[in-house]
Amino acid sequence: MADTKLLNVKKLLLHFRTQHGPVQAVDGIDFDLDYNRAVVVLGESGCGKTTLAKAILRLLPRNVEKYSGQVFLSGKDIMQLTDEEFRLSVRWAGISMVPQAAMNALNPVLRVGDQIFEPASIHLGMKRGDALQLALKMFQHVGVPADFINRYPFELSGGMRQRVAIAMALITSPSLIILDEPTSALDVLTQANIFNVLKRIKKELGTSFILITHDIATSSELADDVAVMYAGQIVETGDSTRFFPQPLHPYSQKLMASVPRLRGEKKLEFIVGQPPSLINPPTGCRFAERCAQRFARCDQEPLVIQKDGRTVKCWLYN
Amino acid sequence: MNALKNSFREILRYPSAIAGLVAVLLLVAVAVYAMIAIPYSKAIELWRGGEEVWYTNPKFAPPAWINFFRSKKLPESFHANSADGKMEKVVTPGSQDTTEVKLSYTFDFEADEYPQELMVYFNTTYQDKIPFASISLFTPDGREIRVADTGLAHQQNIRFSQEARLVNRYGGGQQQLVMQGLFSDPKAATPTPLKGKYQLVITGTTFEAGSDINADFVFHGQVSGLAGTDMYRRDLMVALLWGAPIALAFGLLASLGISITTLIIAAVGAWYGGWVDEFIQRITEVNMVLPFLPILIMIGTFFNRSIWTILGATIALSIFGGQIKALRATFLQLRESMYIEAARAYGASNMRIIFQYMIPRMIPLIIPQLVGGVAGFVFLEATLAVLGLGDPTLPTWGKIINDAESNGALYNGYYYWILEPSVLLMFTGLGFALLGFSLDRIFNPRLRGM
Amino acid sequence: MSAEEMTMEAVKIEPDRGKTGALLSIQDLRVWFELRRFGFGRAGYVRAVDGVSFDLGRGEAIAIVGESGCGKSSLMKTILGLYRPTRGKVIFDNEDLTEKGTEGMRWYRSHVGYVQQDPYGALAPFMTVQRILEEPMIIGGVRSKGDRLKRTHDVMEIVKLFPIEDFLGKYPHMLSGGQQQRVVIARAMIMKPNFIVADEPVSMLDASVRVEILKLLRGLQETHNLSVIYITHDLSTVSYFSERIFVMYAGQLVEKASVSRLLNNPSHPYTLALLNGTSDPDAKNALTFKEVPPGEPPSLVNPPEGCRFHPRCSKMIKGTCDVKMPPEFLPEADHQVSCWLFQ
Repeated sequence: MADTKLLNVKKLLLHFRTQHGPVQAVDGIDFDLDYNRAVVVLGESGCGKTTLAKAILRLLPRNVEKYSGQVFLSGKDIMQLTDEEFRLSVRWAGISMVPQAAMNALNPVLRVGDQIFEPASIHLGMKRGDALQLALKMFQHVGVPADFINRYPFELSGGMRQRVAIAMALITSPSLIILDEPTSALDVLTQANIFNVLKRIKKELGTSFILITHDIATSSELADDVAVMYAGQIVETGDSTRFFPQPLHPYSQKLMASVPRLRGEKKLEFIVGQPPSLINPPTGCRFAERCAQRFARCDQEPLVIQKDGRTVKCWLYN
Repeated sequence: MNALKNSFREILRYPSAIAGLVAVLLLVAVAVYAMIAIPYSKAIELWRGGEEVWYTNPKFAPPAWINFFRSKKLPESFHANSADGKMEKVVTPGSQDTTEVKLSYTFDFEADEYPQELMVYFNTTYQDKIPFASISLFTPDGREIRVADTGLAHQQNIRFSQEARLVNRYGGGQQQLVMQGLFSDPKAATPTPLKGKYQLVITGTTFEAGSDINADFVFHGQVSGLAGTDMYRRDLMVALLWGAPIALAFGLLASLGISITTLIIAAVGAWYGGWVDEFIQRITEVNMVLPFLPILIMIGTFFNRSIWTILGATIALSIFGGQIKALRATFLQLRESMYIEAARAYGASNMRIIFQYMIPRMIPLIIPQLVGGVAGFVFLEATLAVLGLGDPTLPTWGKIINDAESNGALYNGYYYWILEPSVLLMFTGLGFALLGFSLDRIFNPRLRGM
Repeated sequence: MSAEEMTMEAVKIEPDRGKTGALLSIQDLRVWFELRRFGFGRAGYVRAVDGVSFDLGRGEAIAIVGESGCGKSSLMKTILGLYRPTRGKVIFDNEDLTEKGTEGMRWYRSHVGYVQQDPYGALAPFMTVQRILEEPMIIGGVRSKGDRLKRTHDVMEIVKLFPIEDFLGKYPHMLSGGQQQRVVIARAMIMKPNFIVADEPVSMLDASVRVEILKLLRGLQETHNLSVIYITHDLSTVSYFSERIFVMYAGQLVEKASVSRLLNNPSHPYTLALLNGTSDPDAKNALTFKEVPPGEPPSLVNPPEGCRFHPRCSKMIKGTCDVKMPPEFLPEADHQVSCWLFQ
C-alpha cells in the first residue's frame, strides 16, 4: 500500500568460514528504510552490525560460506546483479559507506581533494576540474573550509578528517549512506559537529542513513527509526519516538537501562553474562539464557511479531 | 607453555617443517651416537693417531659399499690377529725348549681387482734367542708361494711387495706388480685374478721357554669400511660422525649467543634512548661495514686457530649487525605499549621492564632466525676449515674437505672423500633452513596462512 | 551481614580512615615539554599542564573532564609520577613529591593504583593473571610468597572474578573486555593504595559492561575509602561516579564544582558547550541542531592571550577576556569558575 521504500532487506544472510566452524554473522535480517529517514542499528560488539553493512554493500571477504537474501533498493533487487553491475550501479552510486575509523583510512600521501576526486571520476565519469568543483560543494555541506582541499590528511584534525570521509561518501549523491561508528573516536564537541553535518545533509539533500553504532545516546541525534541487533539477528525495530522511552524486547530494555544519563537520576543496570558465540548459536531465542523473563516457549525461535508499526522478535508479545 | 604446545602443533601442519624437523633430529641423533660410541678423548686420539693406530687400513680407499655399484668388485680390506684368536694358532712343543708355532688363516678372494698390499706384523716375546718364522701363501689352485723366511726381532713387519724374492719372481722386478703377480691365474694370458680360497701359513719356531710368536695379517684391499680412508689411513667415519656434534655445537652456540646478546643490546638501547642508543647505533654502523670473513681469516692466520677463538670472534663480529637495527625498531614500538606504561606506573625498574616485559615479547620473533642461522654458522666453520684455518686438531667435516683438497682428491678420483662431508653439510643446512622457514611462518604473524 | 558483605569487610583496605588533611594537593602545577628543533629557532614548549591547582580529599572521587588535547593525560601522568613537574608542587600525604629521589618516587608509584583505558593493552599478553597481579607486589617489596598469594586472592574477590583459581591461570587474550578490566582494577588495588587514577576506564568497553565496571569502581571506592581521580571525556557518566567535577581546557582547570552544582548551575561557557554537546537518548534530539562553539581547541605551544577559550566564546568581553587570564571566582559556595563573566 505504501510507495516503494528506499530499502527493503529480506532474509539477508552472511556466514563466514573459519577454522573453528561457520560464523553466522548475519542470520536472516529483515528491515525496511524509507526515503529521507535515518535508521540506527544498535548493538554491542560482536553482534554482526558491521557485517550487516558489508552484506548490504557486497563487500565480502574471501572466506564466505553462505550469502543469500534479497535487498531491494528502490524496488530493484540488487542481490541479483552481477558483481560488475553492482559495482557500477549500486556502490557509491546508490549506496555509499563511511566505514569505521574512516578518518584513519585516508591515503596519507594524497591531497584531500584528490582523494575525493576518485569516486567522482569513477562513478560519475567526471573530469578533474568538474570533480573538484563538486568536491568544494561537498566540503560546504560538511563544513570543511574550501582551502583545505589542497591539504594532506595529517594536516587535519580527527573531526575534519571524518568530515572529509563523509564528503567522499556524498560526492555521488547517493540516496543512502551507511555510517559505521562515525564518531566513536571523537570528542564530544566534534561529535556534535559531525551530527550537525549529518542532520543538515539529511535536510538539504534528502539522503537516508543507516547509522551503525553502539553509542546509544548519540544515536538519538540522528535516528528516526531504531533497529536492535543481537547475535546476528534483529530483535526489535520501531520508530525512535516510541523506542527510546519504551523499548519492547527484554534485551533492548536492558540495553536502554545501561545507558548513563547526564540529566535524570536513573539507576543503571547491567546485563549478566555474555552474548552467544556466532559459531554455534543456540536454537530458540538467542537471548533466552540472559533474559529474566524467559519461559518455556523461549526454547523455540521466536517469530517476528508486528505491534503498531513496530516489530519485536519475542514470545512475550505473542 | 600452552603457547609452545600450540606452536608445535602448528609446525606439524607444514610438510617442509616436518622434513626440516626430521633432518635436524637425525643430525642430533648422529651427534649423540657419536659422542657415546666414541668418547671425545678417544676420538681425538684416533684422529691424531698415526701408523700404530691405523695400520690395518689402506690409504685412499673408498668405502666398501661402493662395490654395490660396481660390476668389477674391488677387494675389501681385513686383518686377522692371532692374539685375538682370529688367526688359527697351533703350538707344538718340540725338543730342548723349542716350540713350533703354526699360524694359519684362510680367506676368500672373490674380487676382480688386486689388493693394495699384504703385510704380516709380528709380535714376539723372547729373552736372548730370536725366534724364526717362514711365511707361505697357498693359492686355490694348490701352489705354495714362499713369501719370506726371517728371524723375528720383537717387532718385525713383512711387506709382501718389498720382499725381494717376490719382487723378482712375481713382480717382474717391480714392487707394484707383486700383488698382481701373487693373485693372478698363472695359466691366463692376460692378468686375471684367481678367485678362491687362499691360505696364509706361518711356521715359526721359538728356542726358549716362554717365548711366543704372534702375528697380525693385514690385507689391504682397495676398499675399506663404511666411509673410506684418507691419506693417513684414518677411517673417515670417525670424522664424519664427530663432525656432527661439533658442527651442531658451533652452529647452536654461535646462533644462540648472537641472538640473545643482540636482543639484550637492542632492548637496552631502545629503552634508554639518548646517548646509550646513539652509541650502540654508531658501533653497529661501523661494524656492519667491516668485512666479516676476511677478519676471521686474519684472526685465524695471525693469532690462533682454536675453535673457541673462532667462535668468540664470530659472535663478537655478528652481534652488532643489521639485526640490532631491526630489533630496535620493534622495541621502540613496544616501548609505547600500555602495559609498559602501567609497569612504570607501579614502579618497575628499568632493568625489570627490559628483561621481564619487553624481551619476553620478542623471543618468538627471534626463534626462526636463531634456528635458520645455525646452518649459516655450520657452513662458516666448514668454510674456514676448507681455507685451512680450521682447528687442526678437531675432526670436522670442513677438515675432511680440506685434507681431500690438499691431497688432490678430485684429481685422483677419490670422490667419496669430498662427497661424504659435502652431503652431510648440505643436509644440515637444508634441515635447519627448512625448519627455520617454517618457524618463521608460525611465529611471524604477518606471514601466517601462506 | 550477607556472605558478600562479610567478605568485603574482611578484605577492606582502609589505610586512611581517621587521618585528616587533603590526600593530594596540587599547587600551581605546570608540566611543559620541550620541543626540539634542529638548527636555529627558539624551541618552544608544549604547555600541557599550565597552572592547575586542586586538593583531593581522602575518600573523595573527582572527575576531570575535557576533550583530547586539553592536557588531562599529562596531568594524570604527572600525578602518577611518570612525569616530573616543570613548576609547581605535588604534595601527597603531606610529602612534597618534587623533592623525592628515584627510590622515593618508586615507593610512591607503587602506592597509587592506575586503571587504564585499554584493558587488553594494559595487561602483558605473555603473563598469566597471577603473574600480572604479583608484579606490583614483587616490586613493592612484599617478600613472602604466602603474603602475595593471600593478597592476590583477596583482590580477586574484591573484583569478583570467580572462580579465582580458574582465572589466575589464564592469559589476557582468554578473557572478555570486562574481565580484563577487572584484572586491571585488581592490579591497581593490590598494593592497598589510598588513591587510584582511572583514565577513561570504560570507554573501550561495551555499553552493558560499562555499567558493571563503573559500579564496581564506585563500590570499591566507598568500601575502601579510596580517593579516585576519574578522567573522562564522557560527561554522562560522571554523576554516577564522582563527588566533584573539574573541567579542563587547554592545560587549565576552568571550572570546579560538586556534581550537582555543576549540572544544575553550569557556569563556564565551555562547560555549557560540553553539557549541550552530550546527548541523552531522546528522540527529540534528531529534530534540533546543537549549538557548538566554532573552531578547535588551541595549540598548547602558542595558546591565546588571556582566557584561552575566548576565540571560541560567544560571550567574550572584548578588552578583558582577550587580554588578561581570568582568576578563579566563586559564583556560589564550593563552585569555582575561571571566567570574567563572574567577576
